[in-house]
Amino acid sequence: MSTPIVPSFDDNTTSGRKLAIICSKGNLDMAYPGLILANAALGEGIETHLFFTFWGFDIINKETMADLKFTFVGNTSMHMPGSSMGIHHMLGALPGATAASTKMMKKMISDLDVPDVPEFLELLSASGCHMWACRMSADMMKLTMDDLFDGVEDIISATDFIELSEGAQLLFI
Amino acid sequence: MPTTTLAGREIDVDAEGFLTKPEQWDEELAAVLASNIGIELTEAHWVPIRFLRKDFETQKETATLRRVSTVGGIPVKELFALFPGKPAKKMSYVAGLQKPKGCV
Repeated sequence: MSTPIVPSFDDNTTSGRKLAIICSKGNLDMAYPGLILANAALGEGIETHLFFTFWGFDIINKETMADLKFTFVGNTSMHMPGSSMGIHHMLGALPGATAASTKMMKKMISDLDVPDVPEFLELLSASGCHMWACRMSADMMKLTMDDLFDGVEDIISATDFIELSEGAQLLFI
Repeated sequence: MPTTTLAGREIDVDAEGFLTKPEQWDEELAAVLASNIGIELTEAHWVPIRFLRKDFETQKETATLRRVSTVGGIPVKELFALFPGKPAKKMSYVAGLQKPKGCV
């Protein structure tokens, strides 16, 4: 009898693949790529680290994490997802434009059954994601561990991050 | 598509080994699939497997890890403990389904 065809599930864990993602932006649309890729990597058994720096702090700051915004100011290729009709990006500067476009994007995300940012962080935490906050950003914004999402392991220096990401594939978002 | 012999019968699978005909699955086969990937099924394993089968009947696609957690009510941590490393893929394999297509 021939050997049965069985999926090989343990390649990554044995090869020691590791991923580190630097999250440096606090816009709603720039928070998701890092979260989604981290989730995908964790689901593949890959050791995953997220390093939050500068505006990326807004993703893990308890005060702001549920309230990230999407603005189309400065996005010269602006169109609503699912429509090719362009919108001049300076219209985003009109009062209420950011609130309206944020609301619309949040609805589109939730319609796809993708969690909001705080719930996403919980999901990543439960999946074993390592989360780190940048020392310089914390000092600059006068934030401590108490201000940050509970899953954040520590506030660490740039050197610490370079050390812990040794051998990792690196993404800067 | 290839076939492979599992539990003494011919089963249709894809190139990786995931079942392509969910109707060929039964609980006896699940135990064989699980042991193929080094898992011995306990009652705790059966909860997500039964959820996946039931959910597939209505959704016609494999539930993602998050769906098993939010709709099936099984904590993500527990799923990682039951099916270490790649819970979504391992669960769907044992449940005789294709791996989930959704991103989250």
